[in-house]
Amino acid sequence: MKRSILKNSNRFRFGNLVILAVIALVIASCGQPKKSNEKTGNISIDGSSTVYPISEAVAEEYLALNPKVRVTVGESGTGGGFKKFGRGEIDINDASRAIKQGEIEACEANNIKFIELLIAYDGMAIVVNPNNTWATDITVAELKKLWEPAAQGKITKWNQVRTTWPDKEIHLYGAGTASGTFDYFTEAIMGEAKSCRGDYTASEDDNVLVQGVASDDLALGFFGLSYFENNKDKLKLVAVNDENPENGDGAILPTLETVKDKTYAPLSRPLFIYVNSTAAEKEVIQDFVTFYLEQAPALVKEVGYIPLEDNEIAAGKAVWADFVKAHAVIK
Amino acid sequence: MRRPKEKLIEKLLAASGWLTILTTLGILVILVYESGQFFADVSVWEFLTGTEWTPLFSKKEFGILPLLTATLLTSVIALLVALPVGLTIAIYLNEYSNRKFRSTVKPMLEVLASVPTVVYGFFALTIITPFLQSFIPGLAGFNSISPGIVMGIMIIPMISSLSEDALFAVPKSLRDASYGMGATRFQTVFRVLIPSAASGIIVSVILAVSRAIGETMIVAIAAGQQPNFTLNPLVPVETITTYIVQVSLGDVPRDSLEYRTIFAAGMVLFIITFIMNNISLWLKRKYHRQYE
Repeated sequence: MKRSILKNSNRFRFGNLVILAVIALVIASCGQPKKSNEKTGNISIDGSSTVYPISEAVAEEYLALNPKVRVTVGESGTGGGFKKFGRGEIDINDASRAIKQGEIEACEANNIKFIELLIAYDGMAIVVNPNNTWATDITVAELKKLWEPAAQGKITKWNQVRTTWPDKEIHLYGAGTASGTFDYFTEAIMGEAKSCRGDYTASEDDNVLVQGVASDDLALGFFGLSYFENNKDKLKLVAVNDENPENGDGAILPTLETVKDKTYAPLSRPLFIYVNSTAAEKEVIQDFVTFYLEQAPALVKEVGYIPLEDNEIAAGKAVWADFVKAHAVIK
Repeated sequence: MRRPKEKLIEKLLAASGWLTILTTLGILVILVYESGQFFADVSVWEFLTGTEWTPLFSKKEFGILPLLTATLLTSVIALLVALPVGLTIAIYLNEYSNRKFRSTVKPMLEVLASVPTVVYGFFALTIITPFLQSFIPGLAGFNSISPGIVMGIMIIPMISSLSEDALFAVPKSLRDASYGMGATRFQTVFRVLIPSAASGIIVSVILAVSRAIGETMIVAIAAGQQPNFTLNPLVPVETITTYIVQVSLGDVPRDSLEYRTIFAAGMVLFIITFIMNNISLWLKRKYHRQYE
């Protein structure tokens, strides 16, 4: 005779368990009553790896005040970010160069309106390994000789750039082709955007470049100043001489002053964020971007870039406020 | 009535089988289609013999040799690490160790295979490379020896496990005969058992190499992103898999020539692995010994 598997006592215990589980579930689902001013929502940011440290710092500060908001910051490169922005996949695009005509058309094709907001200035840093004793300054002409397409496969040694430099191989590290830093560097040095040799370590992730230059004695690389500031002990800055005595004499290192007064030329550049108009209808985005513009000057300095002047900050806030009003959802 | 139900199950199982075949065919069709469009613009000869790979830059070169040499370089280094170690482990576990040791060590070996490859990649970049740099002068931060060694560690379980199965399949009578002739254990293992198990061991090696060739994460993190036509393991190189990752994450517009380089590179990878798989099948058939 088969005995019931669940004896009476077991069944009793099992039933109790079920009741307990249900009660626990009910209690767990009752959250705390939502505070009326607590923000929730998702903000997706992507784009330039140069602007990434700023956006990340702002997002951190914002999350500390509004823990229920989810902010994700990616770094696919300015170009990669614009691709997603043009498809409406992200709310904000970080950009280390202005939007290009083709990208504007892509946005229009998808009925996406946007606004460009200036948030900081950057002095693009030319860096070498700390064990590099010979390269303390470099001219724009030498940079062009080193990085132009004709140098591909030909300029492979330090003494080919400047004869007083040693007869050793030069290992190049630079931004990848989806990077705004790449576009800006090639335009500033070669005179034509995207015109560059191809045989170097290319990456949209500046941390990879930092790692590369820091671990290779014969390396030379370029990326946003912030990445140098945060890795000062692993890298050495090279002063750039634009051979234009009117614009500051001699080789100049990128600092707050030299980038602000544009003597660090031609590698001083503006940094932007682009905000999607549909995203701007959301209250959390309006709040976030206003917060961004307010906090940027302080945070930008912290991460190593150059903050805007007060009048530029005020102008930016006004532009943003107008944009919000223009695209506000009529409630 | 049981017959319809049986037929239904039969059909479902056949459908699963067809699904895998169709998926493979689908991948192949896309690869061939896109590569075909690519080769309308770039000659196959230039692709296969060019020594510079710069499709994303203004001076476009489409020679796949730099990517190919990097892939082969890292895979060969991986094999040089994994084959001796894996085979030795297999022999030791099979012939020399006691059962208790074998039952503890075998599962631990499998752990090596289950470590996420991205973890292996950072292990190579942050631990192996600085360690190697301390006694190899002129070793760049990105190189092919460091990911090669780590990939070798990763494929050790594949070689040891499959070789062990091959050794285990050699019948006891052969071993006994060898000992009966007065051979030492060492002689038995290296003169009798390994030749007998050769087909299984070779298959395991080829499978492991195929795995190493297709490995993406470890080389993407630790080998560098600079296409370099060289056999020097101390400099940054870019493998086929790293290139595919690099372009996919960028802003290359769809249906452009640069976009199609992904498929051309993928096609090369597919053909290499396909050829290796067929070689392994042929070798297995040729050297397979039927006992009893």
